[in-house]
Amino acid sequence: MKELFKKNKDTLITLGIVTGAYIVIEILLKAGALSSLFKGLLVPLCAYIILAVSLNLTVGILGELSLGHAGFMCIGAFTSAFFSKITVGVINPGWLRFVFAILIGFFFAGLFGFLIGMPVLRLKGDYLAIVTLAFGEIIKNIINVLYIGRDSKGLHFSIKDSVSLGLEEDGQMLINGAQGITGTPKDSTFTAGFILIMITLVIILNFIKSREGRAVMAIRDNVIAAESVGINVTKYKLLAFSLSAALAGVAGVLYSHNLNSLMATTKNFGYNMSIMILVFVVLGGIGSIRGSVISAIILTLLPELLRGLSTYRMLIYAIVLIAMMLFNWAPSARAFRERMVAKLPFFKKKSAEKEV
Amino acid sequence: MALINTLLEVNHLSISFGGLRAVDDLNLSIKKGELYGLIGPNGAGKTTAFNLLTGVYKPNEGIIRLDGKNITGLKTIEINKAGIARTFQNIRLFKDLTVLDNVKVGLHNLYSYSTLSAVLRLPSYRKVEKQMDKRAMELLEVFGLAESAHLKASQLPYGKQRKLEIARALATEPKLLLLDEPAAGMNPQETQELMSTITFIRDKFNLTILLIEHDMKLVAGICERLTVLNFGRVLAEGSTSEVLKNPEVITAYLGE
Ligand SMILES: Nc1ncnc2c1ncn2[C@@H]1O[C@H](COP(=O)(O)OP(=O)(O)O)[C@@H](O)[C@H]1O
Ligand SMILES: [Mg+2]
Repeated sequence: MKELFKKNKDTLITLGIVTGAYIVIEILLKAGALSSLFKGLLVPLCAYIILAVSLNLTVGILGELSLGHAGFMCIGAFTSAFFSKITVGVINPGWLRFVFAILIGFFFAGLFGFLIGMPVLRLKGDYLAIVTLAFGEIIKNIINVLYIGRDSKGLHFSIKDSVSLGLEEDGQMLINGAQGITGTPKDSTFTAGFILIMITLVIILNFIKSREGRAVMAIRDNVIAAESVGINVTKYKLLAFSLSAALAGVAGVLYSHNLNSLMATTKNFGYNMSIMILVFVVLGGIGSIRGSVISAIILTLLPELLRGLSTYRMLIYAIVLIAMMLFNWAPSARAFRERMVAKLPFFKKKSAEKEV
Repeated sequence: MALINTLLEVNHLSISFGGLRAVDDLNLSIKKGELYGLIGPNGAGKTTAFNLLTGVYKPNEGIIRLDGKNITGLKTIEINKAGIARTFQNIRLFKDLTVLDNVKVGLHNLYSYSTLSAVLRLPSYRKVEKQMDKRAMELLEVFGLAESAHLKASQLPYGKQRKLEIARALATEPKLLLLDEPAAGMNPQETQELMSTITFIRDKFNLTILLIEHDMKLVAGICERLTVLNFGRVLAEGSTSEVLKNPEVITAYLGE
């Protein structure tokens, strides 16, 4: 038991932090101490944490740059919302339908990750950044011109307008171009978000500590050496990238089932979102999963907490960004942190092991 | 037809970079269990020959046979699976992984469990990981690296990094081990230790070893036969004592 704890110490600490934060927020919620604005931020926050952690798998563990993480989130959001909308009332109870929706978001986002990664990750050189950037924008634009409706004759598709669907009078719009999907069942809750964060963390942290995760990190550290010991570079790059995309899809499911009206805009699924997630990852420490969680929490909540200080808000935000960067990346700060950690009896001896 | 006790048979191997014939008509025949040296001045084409043998470069001409099997033109990972492992002149470790994990990456193709059993920490994951840990620690012990198992590879001193590269290569259970200047940067005492380690692993793991080295004490001390390269071409070959007495070889080295 003790040995089990020691071996998984890093994982358990990370899961503990998330559980602690969840309990504190739940207590505050029960006590009615949170503003409605703050409450409204909880589910998106869970989605951002999942996005940051999953992007870190690509950026920190695989060592490839992706600028289209929001694109995979978008795939997960729309495929799952579409599914939930057509099965609401068909699949009962609601939580079961939501579980299916999550699996669908996971699967389709992962599939797109695989299809994009397959040609791009074979190439030597940094082509992934540019291709994912284009992918994110293209997906968003396609959804904005996509019309799907349903009537007694079945499903109708168009990429022109809603009229050309030729729906019968009692027909139902499912995806309405730029207006997206309305009336997705609101299945996402803060607790569901918490559970999905925990599952994501377990998947990623256990993956990193497996034979395949080591192969991925070996490729990151030295491709030629990895090949020389028989590691199939393309296979493991694809595996890590597809898993990262699939989990971004799960974040999309959480996000879309929290909204009455789901639209693909620059703000939620575009370039801005991809960059924001990348900022979380970079400031939390590339390759540090725990860092991604913490930085996503701080950087999402901070602007809201500072709202009262309207004039100085952005200034303080900027100072926090800089402070986090210094804390995480300055060599002296890193050495200081490692010394501090080494002092805790709990961490003795193993401090040199990479925290993940 | 190669003799049954020949492990590596190289015929007419050549590669050019632009106008430069970096390796020009190389022939090699190395017997099973042999400790064979490849020497020559800087830029002679020794590392390039290793890169050809391991599929990093495809030869313009020539055939490479390992244990009778034609491996010319195969990919690096297939060549590793066929039984060749190597170290690098410029150390290439997985620097952010622990020393232990570096060796466990070398064990990658010899052990297996599914992604799902890893993510769910099923018994098969635990069992196989335990076996991998045990095997990796055995290999680290051979090189006196067991105490450093949990350090990051980049935290090791230079000499130990070279040893770790050998341990990682051995983890893949090769028939033929290629060492590219294993003693570079080591002091005389470390070199002495390395010499006994190399002969020790050759016997313990039933290896055939082909090594590139500039340290003539090491070469004279442990290599049974040598091939000397100069400007990509074979200058001399034969038993170590004969080759090192060869006037042409002496001139090539002094003229460097
Ligand atoms: N990828 C390459 N492209 C161009 N020239 C190369 C390449 N690799 C090696 N060479 C050249 O081939 C020659 C042999 O190099 P190398 O095999 O590294 O020599 P050494 O015997 O010192 O190991 C050198 O002149 C080197 O510059
Ligand atoms: Mg060389």
